[in-house]
Amino acid sequence: MTALTEPARLKENANLRPVPWRRMAWVTWRQHRIALAGVAAFLGALAVYVWIAGLQLHHAHAAATACHPASPACADLITNFNNMNNFLVGGYVLQAVPALIGAFAGAPLLARELEIGTFRYAWTQGFGRWRWTLAKLVPLAVVVAAAAAAISVLFSWYYQPYFATGNQALSLSEAPPLAAGLFGLRGVAFAAWTLAAFAIGALAGMLIRRVVPAIVATLAAYTGLALVAGNFLRQHYLTPPLTSNPNVPGSALVLSQWWTHGGRFAFAGQPPNDLLMRLCPNAPAGVLGKPLHQTFFQCLAQHGYRTWTSYQPASRFWPFQWIEGGWLLALSVLLIAVTVWLVRRRVA
Amino acid sequence: MNVIEASALGKRYGSTWALRECTLAIPGGHVAALVGPNGAGKTTLLNLAVGLTDPTAGTAAVLGGRRAGSPAALDGIAFVAQDAPLYKNLSVADMLHLTRNLNRHFDQGYAEARLAELGVPLKRKAGKLSGGQQAQLALTLALARRPRLLVLDEPMAMLDPLARHDFMATVITAMAEDGVSVVLSSHVLAELERVADYLILVSRGRVQVAGEVDDLLARYRVLTGPAAEADRLAERPGVVRAWRGGTQAHLLIRTNATTYPVPPGWQAHPVSLEELALAYLREPGAAARPGPARGRDAEPSEVTR
Repeated sequence: MTALTEPARLKENANLRPVPWRRMAWVTWRQHRIALAGVAAFLGALAVYVWIAGLQLHHAHAAATACHPASPACADLITNFNNMNNFLVGGYVLQAVPALIGAFAGAPLLARELEIGTFRYAWTQGFGRWRWTLAKLVPLAVVVAAAAAAISVLFSWYYQPYFATGNQALSLSEAPPLAAGLFGLRGVAFAAWTLAAFAIGALAGMLIRRVVPAIVATLAAYTGLALVAGNFLRQHYLTPPLTSNPNVPGSALVLSQWWTHGGRFAFAGQPPNDLLMRLCPNAPAGVLGKPLHQTFFQCLAQHGYRTWTSYQPASRFWPFQWIEGGWLLALSVLLIAVTVWLVRRRVA
Repeated sequence: MNVIEASALGKRYGSTWALRECTLAIPGGHVAALVGPNGAGKTTLLNLAVGLTDPTAGTAAVLGGRRAGSPAALDGIAFVAQDAPLYKNLSVADMLHLTRNLNRHFDQGYAEARLAELGVPLKRKAGKLSGGQQAQLALTLALARRPRLLVLDEPMAMLDPLARHDFMATVITAMAEDGVSVVLSSHVLAELERVADYLILVSRGRVQVAGEVDDLLARYRVLTGPAAEADRLAERPGVVRAWRGGTQAHLLIRTNATTYPVPPGWQAHPVSLEELALAYLREPGAAARPGPARGRDAEPSEVTR
């Protein structure tokens, strides 16, 4: 290299065009098609099950609501609907789906490269390592979130009978749309949780650098986040209304209930048994642990007790969905940005 | 043009310095061998040069002033890491496709021709190839990028002698035909003399000796004489190392002159690259070229030129 050609070459380097982003499409597809196929197979099998169970559930619900006039045969149909039992009940088991996708599709993404040493190949190619990471994480995150969004439409359909307006009157099982188990499966929340789980997995893989520990850490981190959000965070998205009307609709999510007597706090939750025995001896017994019967409300009200209920109405379902979807999306973007930054910063 | 230039380069992991105060310049047009015991900092230096890790101190530049790890640097350097990492579940053809997509230049024809020559089937999974074939595949992928600098980390460690010979033959051919500069690290001294024409000895994270092999060999002599006089002579300046074998003692000496005053009763003979390297490796404290930070380097050094 002579001194004369040196400046020309440096100038050429300054204008060096990076390898086009689209070239990573084939790379990402070729390297992750098996993981994507695994996610598709898992969600597909789940969808078939939910579809079949959903048909039965919808059928049972239709039969129970169509039964007129009330008769022992109708009571059987109602019992039949209320006893439809499988692992989908309450939606708790399905909460694990995003965690599994995050752990098995997200965590190995970088952890495997770091564990078996192939990052030394991948990150010294002309494409550049942070672009490589971004070009893998973003499309895969979008794909798993889209797949989750698709199956959550099916979940919404499955749980529809539990949100029907006439359920309370017919003593059919009813669930508040904001209930911890079901809220996260419908609307935009399920896709957002899946996206967050994937981003948690990717970051855990980058930090821990080994596949199995990264999977375990992802499951643990996701579970912790989901529990905190479901049990503590969600109910505070908007200030809950307070009502002294004892007839809170069954679709509302009741946060707390307490009683006052003469303007002063009397007790929280269910009335103590001895109070009931003393004030309302004629009311039917054995109500503890169940929603208070109408007659108790009337009886206690006659003795100057008032009930107060703090609750989230079912009409807040969509605002809550957008709030939860919003912060989960922001969290996911942040986690992916941190992962890319770490790839750029510290390695080897 | 210097293919690798380090200035007061240091890398610390936790509280341990893997490399420190490393200042060197490896000129292009050579097969430069980075030699040192395990843990000397060879891999760290190469990782810094290819941009896999960032320095804790100092700077590293490649290919005449490009910042290590910058897009322009990545474009001109091909790196084959230790144990030639490949995606074991991908076929050879897919590895070619992958590398082609990840780089601005990729000579598909060259890669296919070379693999055919080596008898590496394109359809076979990379993980099912023999160790020698995997190393050859990694090398082919690197050379098909038409790099200006080829960096090899311990390329020969995992190979049997035959595979080692074939591997280095490919490297030498690429250098001769395309003018690729090569920097390789090794703790295997055998065969190095046949391959390398530039030597950098590192120990405990510091550079001990650096220079063109012919030049180095011309500047060192081994003196052999009676063991009784060895201690007295060993005190003289320029003695790198003294060792005994029976009644005879051997001294490795460094000399700037072409002739060295040989004491009576002693014989001087040329040193081999392996002898020279071994002597320095056994004396980790010795340095032909003290670091510039210490500023007492009276010897003209080809390293910084």
